[in-house]
Amino acid sequence: MLSKIFKGTMLAAALVLATSAVAKDKIRVGISPEAYPPFTSFNAKNVWEGFEIDLLAALCKQMDADCPIVSIAWDGLIPALTGKKIDIIFNSMSITEERMKVIDFSDKYYNSPAELIGGKDAPKVTTTANPDGKGGMIANPADLKGKTIGVQTATIHADYAQKYFKDSTVKVYDTADNHNADLVAGRIDYALLDSVAADDFAKANAAKGIEAKLIVPGDPIFGVGAGAGLRKGDAKLKDKLNAAIKAVRASGEYDMVAKKYFNFNIYGE
Amino acid sequence: MNESFTFIASIAPTLLAAVPMTLVLTFLSAVIGNSLALPIAVARLSGNVFVRYPSAFFIFVMRGTPLLAQTYLIYYGLGELLPGSWVQQSFLWPYLREGFWYAVFAFSLNTAGYTGEILRGAIEAVPRGEIEAAKAYGMSSRMIFWRIKLPRAVQICLPTMTGETILLLKATSLASLITVWEVMGTARQIQKVTFRVYEPLLAAGFIYIVLVFILTRVLMIVERRINRHRLDPVAA
Repeated sequence: MLSKIFKGTMLAAALVLATSAVAKDKIRVGISPEAYPPFTSFNAKNVWEGFEIDLLAALCKQMDADCPIVSIAWDGLIPALTGKKIDIIFNSMSITEERMKVIDFSDKYYNSPAELIGGKDAPKVTTTANPDGKGGMIANPADLKGKTIGVQTATIHADYAQKYFKDSTVKVYDTADNHNADLVAGRIDYALLDSVAADDFAKANAAKGIEAKLIVPGDPIFGVGAGAGLRKGDAKLKDKLNAAIKAVRASGEYDMVAKKYFNFNIYGE
Repeated sequence: MNESFTFIASIAPTLLAAVPMTLVLTFLSAVIGNSLALPIAVARLSGNVFVRYPSAFFIFVMRGTPLLAQTYLIYYGLGELLPGSWVQQSFLWPYLREGFWYAVFAFSLNTAGYTGEILRGAIEAVPRGEIEAAKAYGMSSRMIFWRIKLPRAVQICLPTMTGETILLLKATSLASLITVWEVMGTARQIQKVTFRVYEPLLAAGFIYIVLVFILTRVLMIVERRINRHRLDPVAA
């Protein structure tokens, strides 16, 4: 009797093992529900869409994996990753040193520059040599003297503004939507944000005088771009993902997806 | 665990630096809001429907909608009306650019709504006998209001108002939505920068507990002072 039960359990276990060996790998992907078009947004039909969603599909096909998307608020993404509720973050997360202390990153999959936008009364902004003397260029702080610049809290843009725009008032907002609203209201003179989001917003609000003032030159603060966030030590998944990124870049699949959303080179240099 | 304490110690100066903002928001909103509550309560009790209904409606709206929505609408909603308007040329513009005054405005109106209704109830709760005694002395109804009804009403609703002030202190945490970085907002900023979830919240919670403790003590002294005639003569 006992041995019969034992045999049955063994058989069941073997069956489970066999089916899981055939089934695709499952990679749970964390994306925040805050719309971030054209990268990630949840459309009226309750379906995810955007550049990152399409790119993710291409990468998962390349890796032969199932990639269910788990919707988690932006603030909760890293805790969810370290808490093993998700396996990767695929949400335009910039690769920064500060984040690298807590999580790992894949290679970058895009790198869009930062941009200063402002109302029609705000003058254009020029660039000047970085005072650190390493040959880099920065947005000219003299042009922004006495002005108020809006940034989103805990972003590379906030770090940049706080480092270089010492003679300006840097106003920190909880979301980019809110500093955009205040830019239209005239409470701030400029906003510093990602160029893709900036272009979209400026286009939609051109009638209200919002326009591009400067594409900000690259800077170490901006980092190397956006990568997929991974748990520390998850080397297997990291290698697989990096290989997949390389493969879709080489096959032209990346460019095909990118062309749908951008008329410039979103991958960067 | 030990590491958590070290981390909390490292963020404490940043959080403590935000305490004055929380206190100033609470103080200004409590003073302005409670001052506005008096005319609102009086209007609410008026026999004239053109005075009573608007006041009742104001209370209904303030108590019926989330403070978050009120704050947001007052700041960003008014912001929609600003572009190109005369306000941007006026001498007030340097102030109206700042989220701070909008936060004070929103919290004051909200407090006025709640306290107005509490004060209305307290005025009606003043014992009839006391008012009749005042009438027997030949006091005019105006004098009865200022000498008997209002002081008695304040005595009656003081404990409730202490509770309201504590709620207000905690409600000021919504100000970070409109770029006013008080204790809670600062804790959330630290969370985002350091990716530590619990320690900033614990530290902020501790700061609020200390603030509430001090606030209740101060208000208790005020309450004792105002209600001193009701204290047990031996204990007092």
